[in-house]
Amino acid sequence: MKIAALRQHLDRWLFRIGPAEIAPIRLKQRRIFVLPTGSGIAFAVALLVMLLASINYNLSLGYALTFLLGGAGIASMVHAFRNLLGLSISPGRTEPVFCGETAVFRLTLQNPRDERRPALLLRVHDGATSFELPAEDTVVISIPCTTRRRGPLPIGRTVLETRWPLGLIRAWSVFVPELDCLVFPFPEASPPPLPGAAAGQRHGLRSGGSGDDDFAGLRQHRESDSPRHVAWKVLARGGPLLTKEFSGVQGGDVLLNWHDLPSHLDEEARISRLTAWVIAAERAGVAFALVLPGITLPVGRGIKHMHACLRALALHGGRDVPHG
Amino acid sequence: MAKALATPGAGAQPATSLTRNQACWLLATAVLTLVPHTPYLPAWVTALCMALLGWRALRLWRGQLPPHRLLIMLATIGACLGIRVGFGQFFGKDPGVSLLAILLCLKLLETKVARDIRVAVLLAFFLQLSIFFENQSLPVAALALCATLLALASLLALVDANASTKARLRTSALLAAQGLPFMLVLFVLFPRVQGPLWGLPADAFSARSGLAESMQPGSISQLGLSEEIAFRAEFDGLPPPPGQRYWRGPVLSEFDGTTWRPATSTIAAEPSYQTSGPRMDYRLTLEPHNRNWLLALDFPAAGLQGVRYSSDFRALADTPVRHRSRFNLAAYPETGVGLEETPDVLAAARRLPAGSNPRTHALAQQLAAEAGSNPRAILERVQHHLREAKLTYTLEPPLLGQQAIDEFLFDSRRGFCEHFSATFVFLMRAAGVPARVVTGYQGGEINPIDGTLVVRQSDAHAWAEVWIDGRGWERADPTALAAPGRIDSGLSAGLPATEARLLAMPDWLRSLRYRWEAANNAWNQWILGYNPERQRDLLARLGLRKPDWGTLATAMSIAASVLMGLLLLWAQRQRQARSPLQKSWDSFCRTLARHGLTRHPWEGPADYGKRLAFARPAQAKELRDICTEYARIRYGSGASSEDIRSLQQRITKLKLT
Repeated sequence: MKIAALRQHLDRWLFRIGPAEIAPIRLKQRRIFVLPTGSGIAFAVALLVMLLASINYNLSLGYALTFLLGGAGIASMVHAFRNLLGLSISPGRTEPVFCGETAVFRLTLQNPRDERRPALLLRVHDGATSFELPAEDTVVISIPCTTRRRGPLPIGRTVLETRWPLGLIRAWSVFVPELDCLVFPFPEASPPPLPGAAAGQRHGLRSGGSGDDDFAGLRQHRESDSPRHVAWKVLARGGPLLTKEFSGVQGGDVLLNWHDLPSHLDEEARISRLTAWVIAAERAGVAFALVLPGITLPVGRGIKHMHACLRALALHGGRDVPHG
Repeated sequence: MAKALATPGAGAQPATSLTRNQACWLLATAVLTLVPHTPYLPAWVTALCMALLGWRALRLWRGQLPPHRLLIMLATIGACLGIRVGFGQFFGKDPGVSLLAILLCLKLLETKVARDIRVAVLLAFFLQLSIFFENQSLPVAALALCATLLALASLLALVDANASTKARLRTSALLAAQGLPFMLVLFVLFPRVQGPLWGLPADAFSARSGLAESMQPGSISQLGLSEEIAFRAEFDGLPPPPGQRYWRGPVLSEFDGTTWRPATSTIAAEPSYQTSGPRMDYRLTLEPHNRNWLLALDFPAAGLQGVRYSSDFRALADTPVRHRSRFNLAAYPETGVGLEETPDVLAAARRLPAGSNPRTHALAQQLAAEAGSNPRAILERVQHHLREAKLTYTLEPPLLGQQAIDEFLFDSRRGFCEHFSATFVFLMRAAGVPARVVTGYQGGEINPIDGTLVVRQSDAHAWAEVWIDGRGWERADPTALAAPGRIDSGLSAGLPATEARLLAMPDWLRSLRYRWEAANNAWNQWILGYNPERQRDLLARLGLRKPDWGTLATAMSIAASVLMGLLLLWAQRQRQARSPLQKSWDSFCRTLARHGLTRHPWEGPADYGKRLAFARPAQAKELRDICTEYARIRYGSGASSEDIRSLQQRITKLKLT
């Protein structure tokens, strides 16, 4: 705990880390730090031994070699620093994941210099990605990290580092881009059947049941629609471009109510079960409503509805609403 | 514009096996590092290293994994035992270097992870340093520099596996070039102390070639073929003529029938003679020979710094000369020496072992009788006899038996300077005149490039001194009697034509050698000979008088900070050389930005053109055309430099109202 506090203090005081930054973050001189690595220290010790040998045996060229290597070591420090200097970082997109899955943060890095930037490493939480940037190019880097709890997962303290060129010096920069990943709650592994659905209406729960079994009607075509679903016949008759809408087998509407859950379940267990049910209901093509303490989502259907419900579940209990 | 690129890596340091490329770099580094060591390592160590490196190369070629750890460990233990047995000790310079060489090769075999490469590179650095124990010449330094660059490139290959070979070499050269100013500053300013800091191991100075302390037939002629430099001399005025260039080494009075040895001589702070005649000032740069004697020109002046004087007129250093050293010396060639010699010395200079070389002995008696016991007359008769004896001066004298002088003078008649001088001294002694052998160097050649007099091992010589009452010791060179060319023009001039051809050198080669040796001399004087004294002199010239460690430390930090500042400036230099097209496009965007139409970073030229045309309908066509034309030249194909120029003109002509 003490170390964490110290680190926070260091972050604020030395690395000047404040609230998440509006993009893009440009790495200037004051944001880049350099320190020798373990092998850098070993190198320094080796140079010291070489210097002592040169003094003891009066080796003029020994001095020269030692000093040349020392000079190259110092130059490598500037090279490491320069490898980060001038890069700009802007947050990209994240996609929500279920708790326990791997969240992927995407950052866009721009290299304005006409030289390649080799051997870069981005660290976020427990994840790290090594990459390089081509000259004058912009590249999207994905950093995977594991998720442990539901709610918004901010990218937080992000470290961009390099050990280029000789591995003797580590140059790094710490920043907090404005990027969150929404972590949906962990769905219960084998939940009880959906509540409120009569036995006769249960046939909607076929495994792998998707929402395009039965023709349900036509609607205006959107660009994102699959060409498989275009109503070609209508078009061939000279009609407008329409999309065929399908729906899974219609079941009865389901009410997923927090308050109806058995009383022995604690808060997280309830959320976990509701999450599993939301997924199951969506799979089954059943329209459902979700009731949580303080929030009620009306009956609906479709991916959008499911996401709204999962989001409400993820944020339940005062977890901050993520930005964006 | 953004390309998706995702290489999710689990850890920070990839701990996977090394790529072939990285291993190749390391192998090249090891080979280049070990090559200059081969003449100095024991044969079995060289062979073992070559075998290990070859094995490594073979495994690399076949793409095999490193051998088992246990095997390597066994090999390491075996190598350590071998070194202990081979050298008789484990600690010391030579066993240490051999051990390092073997360890490097073994480390190469087991390189599996990044750490192994780093360790191997550090070992390579140590070996690059340790070659300087043996040899600090220009070519070895150049080779070490190349090996250093390769070692840096190996480290680069470790960190950045994707760079091209060219880029990698360029980066390592750039690093070295940027390290160079630091090296120069530290080299000049780092306080030099005359080592050693602690006791050197016993084998720190192994035998060096050069004059020995005693003389027997063959001991000097074996130096005859060595072109190695013994010392260099720079004269303030004109150098002495070749006939006066006698550089005095050991003086040999004791003769046991085969070997000549020095008699004990006393050592004093001042010479035992009164100098007279003209003075010659010169600086002698002596190659290390691990002996006390300085090989000064006859006869050293009194009061020279760091010089002591022996009673046989040699100049001596306080300690054996173990590093290339410079001495400020002076000589009075015309001084008369040994006018009042002690009876002990004269007795030693008359003594001969009983029954030795009876034929020569009889000859001397006969010559003495003819000369009537007058030393001067005896000297002349002996010289006359030697001149008339049809003796041949040769580098390849036949092997002689017990009575070597008899055999030389009467049978083989072929000999080198040690035969001549020994025979002459024997004759003089047998005739009752005190005489002794003097060894040293005679002659030397002037390098026309830098004007220094270079004396080689092949200039090693033995001559004689006779003592004549009232005149003291007089030099007599019996070799000159048989081969006068040897004294005036060097060894090859004195030899018969068939042998001289071996030593002869075409003119172009000789002039090349002069240049090379002049470069070496400068290297020796300024780089290798940069010692505490030189540092003091140089710093005094730079205005730092009597600098202490604090002053030097301050000077070093200031210089290093300045260099660091320059490096940081270089790092900040973010503006790259833009193409002319890019320059005019940038100026176009800047102009419009001043009118409130800044191009957004995500906006391509076509979109920008549309927006500009909409915002400024008066110049809509021109603005849109410029943008389309730029996009065509930049991203399309078949644009000529003519197109670029016309676009530049359109942009400069553009007037926004």
